[in-house]
Amino acid sequence: MATRTALRRALPSIRSAVTHPEQQLRFTRSFSTTIPSLAPTPSSSSTSAAPEYAIPDPSRPTHFGYETVTESEKRERVAGVFTSVAESYDRMNDLMSFGWHRVWKDHFVASLNPGFSPLTSGPDPRGPQHILDIAGGTGDIAFRMLHTAHNLNANPSVRVTISDINRAMLTVGKQRSTLLPASQQAALSFVEANAENLSQTRPLHPYPSPVEPTSHDSHGNQEQAFFDPATATASIPSSSVDLYTVAFGIRNFSNIPAALREAHRVLKPGGVFACLEFSKADRFPVFNALYKEWSFRAIPLIGQLVAADRDSYQYLVESIERFPSQAAFRDMIVDAGFVVAGQGYEDLTGGVAAIHKGMKPRV
Amino acid sequence: MEVTLRRTATLVARRNRLRPTAAAVVAAIPTTNSRHFSLSSLTRPPPNYPGHVPLTRIEKAALAIGSGLMSLRDPRRGDLIAAFAEATATPYFIHRLRDAMLASPTGRRILRDRPRITSTSLNLPHLRSLPPNTVGRTYVAWLDREGVSPDTRAPVRYIDDAECAYVMQRYRECHDFYHALTGLPVVREGEVALKAFEFANTLLPMTGLSVLAAATLKASERGRLADIYLPWALRNGLRAQEVINVYWEEQLERDVEELRRELGVEPPPDLRDIRKREREERRRRRRGGGASKM
Repeated sequence: MATRTALRRALPSIRSAVTHPEQQLRFTRSFSTTIPSLAPTPSSSSTSAAPEYAIPDPSRPTHFGYETVTESEKRERVAGVFTSVAESYDRMNDLMSFGWHRVWKDHFVASLNPGFSPLTSGPDPRGPQHILDIAGGTGDIAFRMLHTAHNLNANPSVRVTISDINRAMLTVGKQRSTLLPASQQAALSFVEANAENLSQTRPLHPYPSPVEPTSHDSHGNQEQAFFDPATATASIPSSSVDLYTVAFGIRNFSNIPAALREAHRVLKPGGVFACLEFSKADRFPVFNALYKEWSFRAIPLIGQLVAADRDSYQYLVESIERFPSQAAFRDMIVDAGFVVAGQGYEDLTGGVAAIHKGMKPRV
Repeated sequence: MEVTLRRTATLVARRNRLRPTAAAVVAAIPTTNSRHFSLSSLTRPPPNYPGHVPLTRIEKAALAIGSGLMSLRDPRRGDLIAAFAEATATPYFIHRLRDAMLASPTGRRILRDRPRITSTSLNLPHLRSLPPNTVGRTYVAWLDREGVSPDTRAPVRYIDDAECAYVMQRYRECHDFYHALTGLPVVREGEVALKAFEFANTLLPMTGLSVLAAATLKASERGRLADIYLPWALRNGLRAQEVINVYWEEQLERDVEELRRELGVEPPPDLRDIRKREREERRRRRRGGGASKM
């Protein structure tokens, strides 16, 4: 959970980083990426009969920490707080994988081809689909899914729910989603949840103004960066999801079998579970040795140099080491009740990453 | 059992000075299906103190080069400057500094007591109540004037000997006292001048190499450095006693001029005043173009 602990540690210092840029930020995250460049479209805000203070007025004064700024300035500042942290994550991901994580994610989404379901009854294979992207806070996979479904497959009835245990990451994803076309934004929803228990979720709780993130909620309790199930207001019903994806997140879960069981519960019969995760490259010993050297020596060093955080990246490479091999993870997926095709996994880049897919059988 | 075997193999490889890659290849060849890597990182020896990360020579060189270049590009990355200091301090320089501490009775006491300087270990409100010519009051006045706190120092991680690691930590934490002793501000120009002084006095490579950051200064600042501050730094750093041996916690109520005389340090011209006057001069020139008043 290096990302989450590191982000939680970073958040109190982010405000000071914005107002006192001389102080250094400490931040880190496992692999994530920026979205492919999409033409930015201004988001249309719906206006209905609402009191005047609830209608956004960019020039109305508000607070940013102890400063008084206008509302639009505050929006930019809050956005700036999160985007600078997220940008550092993306830079680290590019440095660690030489940009190859983008190729992995593109291949992952392309091989799933959301929005195109040949088993739909009727002549048109473009039926409605509900995609659940777990631990997808900054939205990399979700945005690619939307692009493929809405643009490439011309299927507008695909909707994507992004779920993450970390509110700050979801907020970054939400900010980035404002660059998407309005139809894609309408198909997107953000949900705070723990993947091990998807029956307790909460729609993304925006950070309250005028005070800073990790402040107090309406009851005056200190708000956590991680989702607290006691604040759940909704749930993901059983058999409601066509496609469940998790990219570079399941490695950080404390109880992977529980997450797999929840995946099995929320998927419809015939629904697909897809997981992109780091795996073992031991089919090629020399390559594996070089890869390990790179992982354990260079990656913490780059983390120190670029992100000022050696420890989180040390954790990252150790958690990759700890994650089960392709076959062992496939067996866990099968144990959770999924059926797999062939080997059940596809190695990427010699096994550095692997895509595992399973289907919930139609009874 | 295979964990022990693998660990022994890597330790043997290390003792036999096998290159890390070769050792990793030896360790990586899978013997059975279930493989257990020691999670304390690939073939790294155990740490000597909490937070210690033993680096190989190549890693240390890469850290030195990377942190040196990146801190030159962005000198606000204090953690990189700290890493640069640690990566370049061995094999000789930090040992020399530690021996300089051992050669002095006060230095030996510091090494035995191992005091740490944080905002909690120093009673800052009490220091503010001291008379204005004391070391403690000068220090806290400098902290307030520059808007810094004693808590911004990163812990030492890359020096293998625990005692030398403490010497580096002590140097890092006393840096603010050196600022107070000399009166140099935290602007880049002041930091470069102080680093030159520290190099002449402690001989740590990072301090000397930091003077290269003068290339990022403005021409007028570089001129001032060459004319006033670098000669001052070398003259005073060489003739002064080892400032690492000052037991600052005991000197807080002493008169600062007396301490300067004892150490052999003369304060340089006030840099903030010079810069302020230069700014005003520039403003006057821009506004009027008339005769400048001094």
